Amino acid sequence: MATPTVLETPVIRSRTQTGDTLARLVVLGFATLILLVSILAVYELWIASGPAREKFGLGFLVSTLWNPVTEQFGALPFIYGTIVTSVLALLISVPLGVGAAIFLSELAPAKVSDALTFLIELLAAIPSVIYGLLAIFVIVPMMRDYIEPFLKDTLGFLPLFKGYALGVGLLTASLVLSIMTVPFIISVSRESLLAVPREQREAALALGATRWETTWQVVVPYAKLGISGSVFLGLARALGETMAVTMVIGNEPAIHASLLASGSTIATVIAAQFNDASGKVYPAALVELGLVLFLLTVVINAIARLMIMATTRKGSKRI
Amino acid sequence: MNKRLLWRKAVNGVMLTLTGVFTFFTVSCLFLILGFLLYNGFRSLDWGFFYKLPLPPGENGGGMGNAIVGSFEMVGLAGLIGLPVGFLAGVYLSEFEDRRYASLIRYVADLLNGIPSIVVGVLAWALVVKPMQGYSALAGSIALSIMLIPIVTRQTEQFLREVPQSLREAGLALGASKWKMVATVVVPAGSKGVMTGMILGVARISGESAPLLFTALSNQFWAKGLLQPTASLPVMIYTHAISPFDDWNRQAWAAGLVLIGMVLTANILARLVIAKGISVPRG
Repeated sequence: MATPTVLETPVIRSRTQTGDTLARLVVLGFATLILLVSILAVYELWIASGPAREKFGLGFLVSTLWNPVTEQFGALPFIYGTIVTSVLALLISVPLGVGAAIFLSELAPAKVSDALTFLIELLAAIPSVIYGLLAIFVIVPMMRDYIEPFLKDTLGFLPLFKGYALGVGLLTASLVLSIMTVPFIISVSRESLLAVPREQREAALALGATRWETTWQVVVPYAKLGISGSVFLGLARALGETMAVTMVIGNEPAIHASLLASGSTIATVIAAQFNDASGKVYPAALVELGLVLFLLTVVINAIARLMIMATTRKGSKRI
Repeated sequence: MNKRLLWRKAVNGVMLTLTGVFTFFTVSCLFLILGFLLYNGFRSLDWGFFYKLPLPPGENGGGMGNAIVGSFEMVGLAGLIGLPVGFLAGVYLSEFEDRRYASLIRYVADLLNGIPSIVVGVLAWALVVKPMQGYSALAGSIALSIMLIPIVTRQTEQFLREVPQSLREAGLALGASKWKMVATVVVPAGSKGVMTGMILGVARISGESAPLLFTALSNQFWAKGLLQPTASLPVMIYTHAISPFDDWNRQAWAAGLVLIGMVLTANILARLVIAKGISVPRG
């Protein structure tokens, strides 16, 4: 009776297999498209930045000169502005975000927590340009009339708070960025806190720790990696944030010690100057800035994902 | 009670209250933003806004009909390109993966997802605007689709993975070939989630202005065709908000209200109505 099986099996196999192979090839092709787009992205940015790379070499990264008229370009003022605004923004948004995440995961009843998280995620869905709109007409006047004069009066002896209270500048940009990054920090931190096993909390409470001691000395350290991941995710977002920052930072390609002064970030100088860039070297210099920003965010995103992956794997909730 | 315990309880109370205050502050930001937009937006919004052309500064009235049409046109075209590509790539990652290659694609998709939108704009400029020698809605759509593809891919993958393994086994046990099982069992079972992901992705790109600044540029008039500079709501908000003219600023508020109305409606619909009953994995 072996003959019929030998005859039949190949026929069935081949019929289902052609369909499967075809389907597989189609989806594989589209997946490969993603890979191709990314390779093309790096290649295009590399080629388009060619004239600037040839002219300035690595000196591009450390020069503070940015003069379109004489075609002298250096990236340092923008790298400085990007790092200062992002770090300052995180100094505000990390405590705010981690604090709120603790409330949402440890204190609030599940239903309230879910509802509040939903609202916070809506905050993350608001387009950047809307944040910019509000920043220009609400935050800038507030900074100019109240907060910056107050800072000058109280802390004006520090070089950080010298100069005119213009309303626009590094400090305002950082404030806007901090509001924009908080939702990301909250939602990722909350996930990692929720992934901490219940037994950890119960053990600490049983030893007589207060609610806060349990949270701060047991739960938060357990979710440390995930929370750090959320910080890096927020950082990656802050580094590349464009529209809202462009609208309030003042767009001056210079390094000032004062946080009240105008500045510029990599993303904002591209947004503000790209359309006016004429000649060969000027647009190429802006593209090279884009390449720098691209590489910076790739590295930081990679760190963030590794950290978040490590905690969610460690946690008991996900398989 | 001894002093030490009192101190510990005090710290406990203060810190826990503080976390509540932080949460309240963050959530109230959302309502403050909506409040300002509603107040300033409604004062400047009228029916003409939806079908008239923008006016030069100094003249009252006018609208942003061309930007609304332009936004729909570019987001629509980006969806036509991005949704099928992202969906099929997501099906590959969830159903047809080979371990090594799939994790490479997954990594690259996340990487693409993390690129700042302004860099996507520069990329689309180098890719489309430069060779074609002109700003166009097409270039804008391509920039937006580059942002959309990785979002949809990862969302599709995550939602299809939520489909129980037993359903797949049941399909195969009935004698269906793998692709037939995927098409008739897995995809329909995960369709609600996939739809949610798609709507969220489209909502996200419809608010983007940075990728359009030097691909689609903007236009004070109706664009004739896909190969012309085209106005979009987000770019219009930007140019009108930074202008020194009061009547332009008012139009920016109106446009902001319309944009946020569309984006938040899509988000709430996707998360509450369509996603009802399924868990929403986050990327």
